[in-house]
Amino acid sequence: MRRRVLPGFGISLGYALAYLGLIVLLPLAALAWKASGIGVEGLLRLLSSPRTLAALRLSVVGAVVAALVNAVVGLLVGWVLVRYRFPGRRLFDALVDLPFALPTAVAGIALTTLYAPNGWLGQWLEPLGIKVAYTPLGVFVAMVFVGFPFVVRTLQPVLSSLERDVEEAAESLGAQRWQTFFRVILPMLAPALLTGFALALARAVGEYGSVIFIAGNIPMRSEIAPLLIVQKLEQFDYAGAAALGVAMLTISFVLLVLVSLLQRWSHRWQERSL
Amino acid sequence: MKKSILVLLVAIGVLLTAAAAAKDVSLLNVSYDPTRELYRQINTAFAAQWKAQHGDSVTIQMSHGGSGKQARSVVDGLPADVVTLSLAYDIDAIADRGLLAKDWQKKLPDNATPYTSTIVFLVRKGNPKGIKDWGDLVRPGIQVVTPNPKSSGGARWNFLAAWGYALKQPGGSDATAKAYVMELFKHVPVLDTGARGATNTFVQRGIGDVLIAWENEALLAQRQLGNNAFEIVVPSITIVAEPPVAVVDSNVDKHGTRAVAQAYVEFLYSPQGQEIAAKNFYRPRSPELSARYASQFPVTHTFTLSDLFGDWRQAQAKFFNDGGVFDQLGVGS
Repeated sequence: MRRRVLPGFGISLGYALAYLGLIVLLPLAALAWKASGIGVEGLLRLLSSPRTLAALRLSVVGAVVAALVNAVVGLLVGWVLVRYRFPGRRLFDALVDLPFALPTAVAGIALTTLYAPNGWLGQWLEPLGIKVAYTPLGVFVAMVFVGFPFVVRTLQPVLSSLERDVEEAAESLGAQRWQTFFRVILPMLAPALLTGFALALARAVGEYGSVIFIAGNIPMRSEIAPLLIVQKLEQFDYAGAAALGVAMLTISFVLLVLVSLLQRWSHRWQERSL
Repeated sequence: MKKSILVLLVAIGVLLTAAAAAKDVSLLNVSYDPTRELYRQINTAFAAQWKAQHGDSVTIQMSHGGSGKQARSVVDGLPADVVTLSLAYDIDAIADRGLLAKDWQKKLPDNATPYTSTIVFLVRKGNPKGIKDWGDLVRPGIQVVTPNPKSSGGARWNFLAAWGYALKQPGGSDATAKAYVMELFKHVPVLDTGARGATNTFVQRGIGDVLIAWENEALLAQRQLGNNAFEIVVPSITIVAEPPVAVVDSNVDKHGTRAVAQAYVEFLYSPQGQEIAAKNFYRPRSPELSARYASQFPVTHTFTLSDLFGDWRQAQAKFFNDGGVFDQLGVGS
């Protein structure tokens, strides 16, 4: 074996794998084992029921759209925080982490207080015919809230290491502003942006605590998939709950694989554009 | 070396004897959400009584949460000595795992339910929509707030109260009852996951014209919010909500706490325990205390679960399990 600079490869690899197995794989295996109690037929019946499909659709589509919005807005916020100097910048920077720190139930109640028909924002939106609380739109708002910090925080280090002279070089070579952004800056940010997107997405798909207060929870309309799991548990149907959990995990896994494929493609894009 | 080990052993022995003489007993009562106030007072009173009678101090630890979630915790190993939940179905589930006898509900008087409540309506001040009875809830334009019976034990009592009303009308049958609750749930704009959430939606968010609630929760909300912003309407007929209690056999045997746990649940039936229940807006079982607190609890026609629905296993299977009546209503679609 080639000599490495740092010793202890074997022991650290072993430790990493054991830890990963204990913290991640073991609970997942237990989940799969519990879910197997439902059987193939039961699983098909569960997954083909219109209510399950509606809830999965709301959770997945809501999370994807929320993560897209977070990617765009997060890029903007990250850019502003890194590039511009203005009074209160550090305060704003600290505020970004708030959705991480806030207990999700508190976030849900706060959002509902704002967007309910008698809330600060809700009372102005209601006459315009825009209902946020107790509708799928409310679910989306909560998902945006909990996913927001991921994009900003993954982008910030990359943004600060982005040299300004690259932009200046592009400009001096005659690039338009949009060309500088799309052909120079974006390719360099894409991998980190996609990581942030994936994290925000994963968080929103499984989000329960904050969504539940603002969702309204009407079956077929504003009921999220994690709520169906809770309802299964209420009837002590552990196998059904675990099976739904496995279904959600599978969907999330497929989405994350897609994101990582995009990421590899974006690396190539980055290399090409350099 | 040997000497020091000996000293250590003696020290441990002395400590153990001291501990045995003082006998600090500790109990864990696993309960549902809205009983916090009630059990804080019960625990203080019981500890004082136990100390006076036996000289031992007893500390009672509480765990509160949704009834179903609490039952699952006990099934999964939370070492509860006593469970005090919102419906018998949740304790049945613990019994199914062999932690207590299947006939637990016969081991204490009154279906193992020392206090009861009933299902009433909370309406806004002055009752602007003129809501008097269950029939008014399905009038056009009326919005009703009630939690989801699939995720809230308390809400299952609400559902059965509505069903029982429709069943007891002239010509009432399962078909008319189903038509009534189907119409009722079309008037529900928000299905919160628990009773407190529904109260919040109605009180804080201003959603809906009427909240279907447990009487004790409605009285508590009315007292805490003061300023007479809400009124309680007692419908012509409603269900007796029975939140039962039980000693968890296998846990008390393991902890050696059977005697004190048994005394604790029996204390709930004592005049003192009944009075504390009444003060916390639960209807006492004792006729004497019922009479004393009569002004707090208006008289209405009631039916019990066993009058109309058999036991909780049957009610749960028929109405609330997947594919049951509630799912057949097509709420939302």
